[in-house]
Amino acid sequence: MSKRRLITLWRIINTGLINFIRNLSLAVAAMAIMVITLTIVLLSLIVSFTFRHTISQITDKINVSVYLDNNLSTTQTNQLVSELKHLPNVGSVAYLTKTQVLKVYEQQNANNPQLIQAVNETNNPLPPTIIIKPINLNNLSAIKSFLDEPKVAALQSDPPSYSGQEKQAIDQITHATNVLQEIGVIAVIVFAVVSVLIIFNTIQMAIFNRRDEIQIMRLLGAGTGYIRGPFIVESIVYGIFAAVISVVIINASFQASSGTLQASSLGLLDIGYANSFFDSRFFELLLLQLGLGIVIGAVSSLIATRRYLKFKTR
Amino acid sequence: MILLDRVSKSYSREGKPSLDRVSLHVDPKEFVIIVGQSGAGKTTLMRLLTREERQTSGKIIVGGIDYDKLKDREIPLLRRKIGVVFQDFKLLPNKTIYENVAFALEMVGISNHEIRNTVPKVLEIVNLTGKENRMPVELSGGERQRAAIARAIVRQPKILIADEPTGNLDPKHAWDVIKILEKVNRYGTTVLLTTHNQEIVNKLKRRVVSIKDGKIISDRANAGYKI
Repeated sequence: MSKRRLITLWRIINTGLINFIRNLSLAVAAMAIMVITLTIVLLSLIVSFTFRHTISQITDKINVSVYLDNNLSTTQTNQLVSELKHLPNVGSVAYLTKTQVLKVYEQQNANNPQLIQAVNETNNPLPPTIIIKPINLNNLSAIKSFLDEPKVAALQSDPPSYSGQEKQAIDQITHATNVLQEIGVIAVIVFAVVSVLIIFNTIQMAIFNRRDEIQIMRLLGAGTGYIRGPFIVESIVYGIFAAVISVVIINASFQASSGTLQASSLGLLDIGYANSFFDSRFFELLLLQLGLGIVIGAVSSLIATRRYLKFKTR
Repeated sequence: MILLDRVSKSYSREGKPSLDRVSLHVDPKEFVIIVGQSGAGKTTLMRLLTREERQTSGKIIVGGIDYDKLKDREIPLLRRKIGVVFQDFKLLPNKTIYENVAFALEMVGISNHEIRNTVPKVLEIVNLTGKENRMPVELSGGERQRAAIARAIVRQPKILIADEPTGNLDPKHAWDVIKILEKVNRYGTTVLLTTHNQEIVNKLKRRVVSIKDGKIISDRANAGYKI
């Protein structure tokens, strides 16, 4: 870039910043609506990631348990395990011996010594078990039909468990998350459009206020970019300010919630995780907000200046 | 330097054209006065030359630039080659005199160092040294017009168009402005001046082009003018 162009670019930025300060009262509405838009974006993002985290935590605990017959040989067991591994939608297959199953059972019921005692007294009635972790919980049909085959069913002591109730709960959470995400996306779109319209209006008023100056600039031979540039810089500054303010608002609300809310979660929303997600991704989120703010500002001012600054002669 | 060949301009389809097949040729370094009563078409002619308006028919060539081939995005480049002075000065009200003149250089990317060198020299030519930091409202009409001339000539244009620059001035200040235009012309700039001030025209004794009802009715060297 030539020196002249650099000087011109610097002057455009400088003029834009000066105009931003001069028109601050005019810019407040535009910035406020951008703050709302960007805050909603950030909030939906955090909520969505938190829900996803909650769901994955719950799904991680879900599996299909196949209870084997006590008299199965090692060969039979190994063959069944390897067949299961080759089924579609199977994440992992683990074989637990009777002793291992007992240990797990004891751990799970550590606070119920009577139950453990009763199990021990009967000389470990628990069957050896194969634990299957499916990849997709919504598609268990392949696993189910394989386990239901007569020759496979013959190897089992009891019908397999599909963690049925938990799956239902997960389905509900997933559905709720999807609905919330849709609402978030619609809200973001609505507010983004409103922001663009208000920035439009702000720039139109700024152009109207400076119409004499703009006319003189044109007559003196100022290029399109030199006239248009400062308006675009000005709206980009709105975006930058709005992005920073939205991040500050979210940060402040986390601070406030951790002080006032005793519980670490609000229903399904794990606030503790949301907070740590926000902290660990702070700079990425800030950058994202800045990027969005700049894009909204630049796009709306580009359209507004194109529309309201008429560069053609009759 | 300036060539108009049968140039017409109509603002509406019906009614008389503002300019009607006007042909004019101005040589480099010439000083040409265009006279005529209000509504004769002087300002329309100036607006065509600065491309604020587009001619309805005919050909305009200024400094080698054919206006028919001029694209919209090239208009700023054309205007940078032509200095323009307006009857109502058109100074930026929120800038000082210095800033107003510097502005013409800033927008074409001239360095601050060069601006600091050039602006005082130009303000000296128009006798405004010492008033650099005044705002336009603090100056008299004559001083404002001289500041506007400084702004128009600071980029050393080959052509200076002055549209009724003395229209809002009393005789003394008007004459100050005219003397500066003569000075600019002596430095080698082609000057096109429109006026309906009889006294100025008669004193200057330059080429005078008279326009009436959108037509050139006379074009004489070293001429006078009678209303």
